[in-house]
Amino acid sequence: MSEFTATVTVRLKQGVLDPEAETTQRALERLGFELGDLRSADQFEIDLDAADEDSATERVTEMTERLLANPTLHDYDITVEEQ
Amino acid sequence: MTVAVIQFGGSNCDRDTVQALETLGFDAELAWHEDGLPADTTGIVLPGGFSYGDYLRAGAMAARSPIMDEVREAADEGMPVLGICNGAQIGCEASLTPGAFTINRSARFQCEHVSLRVENAETPWTAHYEEGEIVEFPIAHGEGRFEIEDDHLDRLEDEDRILFRYCDENGEITDEANPNGSKHNVAGVTGESDHIAVMMPHPERVSLADLGGTDGQGVLRGFGDA
Repeated sequence: MSEFTATVTVRLKQGVLDPEAETTQRALERLGFELGDLRSADQFEIDLDAADEDSATERVTEMTERLLANPTLHDYDITVEEQ
Repeated sequence: MTVAVIQFGGSNCDRDTVQALETLGFDAELAWHEDGLPADTTGIVLPGGFSYGDYLRAGAMAARSPIMDEVREAADEGMPVLGICNGAQIGCEASLTPGAFTINRSARFQCEHVSLRVENAETPWTAHYEEGEIVEFPIAHGEGRFEIEDDHLDRLEDEDRILFRYCDENGEITDEANPNGSKHNVAGVTGESDHIAVMMPHPERVSLADLGGTDGQGVLRGFGDA
């Protein structure tokens, strides 16, 4: 077994409204910054023991699909690094 | 014979719902989620509130608690299930109903009265209204915007599974009358079968004449017909 850290990034699907990101963008613009667009995402870091990178990825994918992301709203990506 | 109103940590409309159901003559009782469904349960309410502090997404945690397996099983066997507000979020997160309720277009918590148009009066939850009738219910939510893939929404509309839409006082479905940015102004939908339903507005808060209206009674009377 080895130790891995998985990073799961959960984003809204393209076309799904993100009112918090819009509010954040307006606040930045009020502060005088110029920006084209701002998107928000949630990121989770998960430490786990697994036989290899593939099995770590498989388990984290299941965690993501069962809880961390909602398929109606979100896309996600996962990266796994051995510690 | 009792309608079980499931209490999660953070539910806060559970007692109101029991009170409203009892006023209408139903047997109703609180069911703490860890204790499972009472043996004589004949109907289930997932009540409003802020279960698990709305962590991750509103309803996400409660939807994955063990009692929801019992709820799903009961629903599959035909038991009526109604999710109100946080209960609606839980119902969608648990895939009892399609789509998701997410952050309001305003990015704010909104607590106000809204007009709703009855879209389909042939479900247990709307049989006490006329199709096209305009009713007034309160909403109180920060994550009530109904979101769903376009092709799934087409299917819901084709199958007549929209219970209520947000409308103006004349019954027109307009963007101005849409309090939270819900797709096609959807305020409530049914599951694969119409004995399962979820809605963001609160029928239990307009079920006692002394508390400002009785428009919500018809929804709760669905437990008598389902």
